[in-house]
Amino acid sequence: MKNLMSSRRFVAVVALTWLMLWMSRTALEANMAVHMIVQVPLLIASGLVLAAVVRPHEPRWFADADWLGIPGIVLVVFGTSFWMLPRALDSAVGDPWMDAAKFLSLPLLVGLPLGLSWRRMPPLGRAFIWANFIPKLGAIGGLYLGAPVRLCAYYRLDQQATAGWMLIIIAIALGLSWFIVVFIGWPRHERQRVSPVGVS
Amino acid sequence: MMTRGFLPLLALILAGGAAVLAWETDNFRAFTSTGAQQLEIERTPRTLPDVQLVDQDGRAFALSGYKGRTVLIDFIFTRCPTVCGILGDDFARMTDLVGGQLPSTALDLLSISFDPQNDDREALKRYGERFGAAAPHWRIARTTDRNDLAALLKAFGVVIIPDGMGGFIHTSAVYVVDSHGRLAQMLDPETPPQLFAAALRMRAP
Repeated sequence: MKNLMSSRRFVAVVALTWLMLWMSRTALEANMAVHMIVQVPLLIASGLVLAAVVRPHEPRWFADADWLGIPGIVLVVFGTSFWMLPRALDSAVGDPWMDAAKFLSLPLLVGLPLGLSWRRMPPLGRAFIWANFIPKLGAIGGLYLGAPVRLCAYYRLDQQATAGWMLIIIAIALGLSWFIVVFIGWPRHERQRVSPVGVS
Repeated sequence: MMTRGFLPLLALILAGGAAVLAWETDNFRAFTSTGAQQLEIERTPRTLPDVQLVDQDGRAFALSGYKGRTVLIDFIFTRCPTVCGILGDDFARMTDLVGGQLPSTALDLLSISFDPQNDDREALKRYGERFGAAAPHWRIARTTDRNDLAALLKAFGVVIIPDGMGGFIHTSAVYVVDSHGRLAQMLDPETPPQLFAAALRMRAP
């Protein structure tokens, strides 16, 4: 009973966050960096919270078929790659239907499978994902920063450069924290709560 | 040991994911919305709304009046400190290329201002003089009706955003409208050779 209450509360928090993000979408999407570095990660995070609620009720067939979390994480890679395309960002700003697709796909096809599959992945698999993700983030940041032309019709060149810088800074911060975790370890009291929250 | 259902699920996700990415990028050919629009226009030329315009000499004309001739169109605002200069230079060099003989070619040039509030006839005239434009073969024009302007920008897929300093950042492209009055091509103003090739093709009447 207590579990049911708390999961309801979780779902309410997710729904409220989601609704607030939808209502503030014009404001958040007006700036490229805020769109990419605030809105998109929050949508993914809402899916991660949802995963905690769904986990006890996860269909058996999916838990079985999601061997070592591989299919789930492949879905995550596809989902994040899609919404990193300049064209996809543009269409989300210009077309409310595409934005609705983003609002559904980031929580349900990225955050949710990430939350479910991450726990099934062996440490080496997780390390592989981190080791791919961090340089990719930095490389995309470098591309945005270095591009002499605007890649998005809805964003200015200076916004594009700011987004590029922020992606690079996040990549460096993630890389450093990962280095510390791998070589020094988590702080003792957090050892049980290794989670991928905070990743776009 | 691989579990039952693993391979079918993985195959489904790989196939679905690849299909969606291919769809979104026109089979990995267009990663930006401008690139996508270029491909789409070349695949299916667009019919355009017939709008009324007024040129730098105050003469009214209709977009449909260009039928039978090819017209290169760019969208500008005369206070523009950046890309409109490149667009203007491109058109000026194109007129040089045909020896200043636009009238004897089947090619016309048209620069349309999307800032009719600031761009009155005087402003259009000054902009034209800056680049040596002379109507009717190179018109600098504005719409007189807000709805016409909106319809025009929509048909050409021109995106305009504020630049934060009172001006605009806008799609910079040279649009080719063919002799049937359809939008047939969208060229990059930063690659003049492509543009001049288009102009030269039009040199013969």
